[in-house]
Amino acid sequence: MSEAINYQDRPWMDPDAEPFIKVQSVSKFFGDFTAVDSVDLEIYKGELFSLLGGSGCGKTTLLRMLAGFENPSTGNIFIDGVNMNGVPPYERPVNMMFQSYALFPHMTVESNVAYGLKRDNLGASDIAQKVEEVLEMVELTRFRKRKPHQLSGGQKQRVALARALVKQPKVLLLDEPLGALDKRLREQAQFELMNLQDQLGVTFVVVTHDQEEAMTLSTRIAIMDNGRFMQIGTPTEIYEFPESRLVANFIGNANMFEGRIIENGPDHVIVQSKQPECLFYIDHGLSIQEGSKVWVALRPEKITVTKESTASGSNNTLKGMVHGIGYLGGHSTYRVKAGDTLIEITSPNQSRPKDGNPPIDWDEEVHLSWEASSSVVLTR
Amino acid sequence: MSNGKRSYFLITTTCFGIAFLYIPMLMLIIYSFNESRIVPVWGGFSTKWYGVLFESEEIWEALTLSFKIATVNACFATVLGTLAGLALVRFGRFKGRTLFNGMISAPLVMPEVITGLSLLLLFITLKEFIGWPDQRGFTTITIAHITFSMAYVAVIIQSRLSGMAQDLEEAAQDLGAKPLRVLIDITLPLLAPGMVAGWLLAFTLSLDDLVIASFVTGPGAVTLPILIYSRVRLGLRPDINALATIIILVVAIGVLIAAWIMFRQQRQRELELKMTSEEV
Amino acid sequence: MNDVAETTEVVQSGLGQRILRSLQTNWKRLIILVPFLWLLIFFLAPFFIVTKISVSEAVIQSPPFTPMIAWAEDGAMQIRLVFDNFAYLWDDPLYAKTYLNSVMIAGFSTILCLLLGYPMAYAIVRSSHTAKHILLMLVILPFWTSFLLRVYAWMGLLADQGTINNLLIALGIIDQPIQMLYTTFAVYVGIVYTYVPFMILPLYANMEKLDWTLLEAAADLGARPMTTFLTITLPMTLPGIIAGSLLVFIPATGEYVIPDLLGGGNVLMIGRILYNEFNANVDWPVASAVAIALLVVLVVPMMLYQHFQSKADGAT
Repeated sequence: MSEAINYQDRPWMDPDAEPFIKVQSVSKFFGDFTAVDSVDLEIYKGELFSLLGGSGCGKTTLLRMLAGFENPSTGNIFIDGVNMNGVPPYERPVNMMFQSYALFPHMTVESNVAYGLKRDNLGASDIAQKVEEVLEMVELTRFRKRKPHQLSGGQKQRVALARALVKQPKVLLLDEPLGALDKRLREQAQFELMNLQDQLGVTFVVVTHDQEEAMTLSTRIAIMDNGRFMQIGTPTEIYEFPESRLVANFIGNANMFEGRIIENGPDHVIVQSKQPECLFYIDHGLSIQEGSKVWVALRPEKITVTKESTASGSNNTLKGMVHGIGYLGGHSTYRVKAGDTLIEITSPNQSRPKDGNPPIDWDEEVHLSWEASSSVVLTR
Repeated sequence: MSNGKRSYFLITTTCFGIAFLYIPMLMLIIYSFNESRIVPVWGGFSTKWYGVLFESEEIWEALTLSFKIATVNACFATVLGTLAGLALVRFGRFKGRTLFNGMISAPLVMPEVITGLSLLLLFITLKEFIGWPDQRGFTTITIAHITFSMAYVAVIIQSRLSGMAQDLEEAAQDLGAKPLRVLIDITLPLLAPGMVAGWLLAFTLSLDDLVIASFVTGPGAVTLPILIYSRVRLGLRPDINALATIIILVVAIGVLIAAWIMFRQQRQRELELKMTSEEV
Repeated sequence: MNDVAETTEVVQSGLGQRILRSLQTNWKRLIILVPFLWLLIFFLAPFFIVTKISVSEAVIQSPPFTPMIAWAEDGAMQIRLVFDNFAYLWDDPLYAKTYLNSVMIAGFSTILCLLLGYPMAYAIVRSSHTAKHILLMLVILPFWTSFLLRVYAWMGLLADQGTINNLLIALGIIDQPIQMLYTTFAVYVGIVYTYVPFMILPLYANMEKLDWTLLEAAADLGARPMTTFLTITLPMTLPGIIAGSLLVFIPATGEYVIPDLLGGGNVLMIGRILYNEFNANVDWPVASAVAIALLVVLVVPMMLYQHFQSKADGAT
């Protein structure tokens, strides 16, 4: 998971660390359309950084500006301290792995990989050796004489990776690196990619629309929408402490309750929501006035469903009616109606249902409860 | 079933259309083997008109000239058309792009009489001012043919280029190739089938042209179409039928071979491109 | 001595490098410039010359027209514009009739091509993979054979002693040959015959990109085949119809070979008049005026074609 970098090594927590890639208030306009809207970003050496967002959010444009295929309309991009403005793609110390892989169809695997080295005017023996090494690394030595159309999807992906890595770039840009692979292959490739990055220590910047991929791979994730960053953080931060309702809904699912702060202590807050009527006791403080309107986000898997009330107090519990059950094997999802609100709950199926009867059935009254550390208060 | 009726109508029309396209050519071929001098009256099987044809020195001269013009034209038109296609699809905006675009596509629809007349008047004016071309013939016809064939080549190149995934060129740049390198290493090899198709088209267009050539030709330069035209204007001639038969057969065989090669290459390339760039 | 040799070498390599570098930085401009200049000289400039000659007077000399810019005796430049040639075209009803006739023949032929080509293109698109390639080949193949000889083929078919008349007489349907060659009918046949591939190919290109499940969706929503055709197929194939029609109409209007070989002296078409005016009468200014007038007639359809073409390019 995100342990590729140790907790102590998190450079973004270190005020003295110098970022390797610095994006300074960069915007990109295409006519009237603003693809990237004045963003700032700092990526540190050795990171595996993901730009996550839906299609048209600006993530690909930002990546293309890092690669040099687009120039920022305003702002500056620094890589390893050098301003990249006006530096053409063929002079940048970065290499890209394309979503389509963009393998040259008229060249063999070997020539594809050697292409970039030849452009650096390396000697023939040097090139041969480097190609050999990188092909060995991605286990494609046997396929060196093949043309791209004679390779499977996974092999092509590895050729593309090898071709970009063989130039030993300072930064490797990956555009939906696993998007073209089927699900089974993807999981394997994900771990291969992480291992490789760990071995080489190259900074990776990945563009993806797949949140699972981003969560698995990344040291940090930037979530993009409408050309802006909505939140930048580690996968855990983003999942457990989303900064806005949008992020909470974008990464995973969340039940959202509107309410007001009725008590704001140093180590906790209490939020009262009207719909459904409920008191949320949350174990993190908040610098916000009592009485302000907030939202409480509660992840489906953090709610416990029981037939009998188990809660000790009146906080963090709700009573409702089962409105729908989805049995998914490993876990089940429940839709429970509390007042007028439908609440989604996922709960692991730890034991087999007795006599074929599910432990909780449709239209049954159930009790919901959760921990003080389960929910988050959001102000936007 | 209304669906069945409709496809019945479609099949009938298509068969009629194909028959309409091929019966006249078939008749042309049949009558080339007619013994009789009067073309539409069947006088028995004979190949004597082929003999007459091969003995005619005029025909050989015209054929040689036409082939020379067509070859030179095809080479120039392919180069110029490819450059024009590249400029229009890959170089973004530049000064005079609209004019350029207009000039490259106008010859496709320009009536031949206008192209022919205007080019002839240009050659005459040029001769008056700079003394060149001092004689009309091979050079002037070739120049005229290049001017309209390059437009056809440009269209082919443009459509191939815009259908070509640009990420291959970007990938080459990303790997350190400067734009000129990218052009030589990536773009041109991928354009090669289009250039071959363009060359063949330019060659055929030139071989086929009568109107423009008759405007810009001079004394002594008789291309094959000009010769054929001067003969058939006066009526049907069995030796022309023989010539037509040969041309039709050569073209048919040539086109079939070219189509087969191109079809295979294209399928190959499409397969490669699809597998590398479109597999999502 | 050594020093001198070295410096010249440096200078030489510097020069070579400079040429190489300038080529490397200016190659894009070169790529644009070469075809651009070619077209400027051999395509655009001739039109200005035609325009110029169309407003000069015919004289018996070589070249047979007066210069537009002449130096008067006092040295002042005179520009002589003579619109007599256009007035002549305007006054002579023969020309007006010819222009009208050309447009009508081309227009009617275009409709005939559409009626034949549309179902064919449709049938080709909807046929199986192999049949599609064979049919397409069959449509394209005549295009690669000689245009002139294809027109000539119809001379043999349509002549009084030609195949069709002989067949009809042999079958006892007629006892006198019908005159078909050297009639407007023959011109229609010739134009449709030679131009129908130009109709089929753009239609095919357009239809091939269509999403045919739309037709199924329309049928699923209760549209009968005719309604589906009128409300879905026809609007969607309109770009192909327009492109094909213009590709037939524009060159057909200026057609020379077909009216000359199949229409004889009986069918007036502007391409033939222009050719004769030029070759037989050697009246260049009038021929130029005829060309300019033809261009004026065709400029709207030509602009339309360009417009739709660039729109189609923009869409892809």
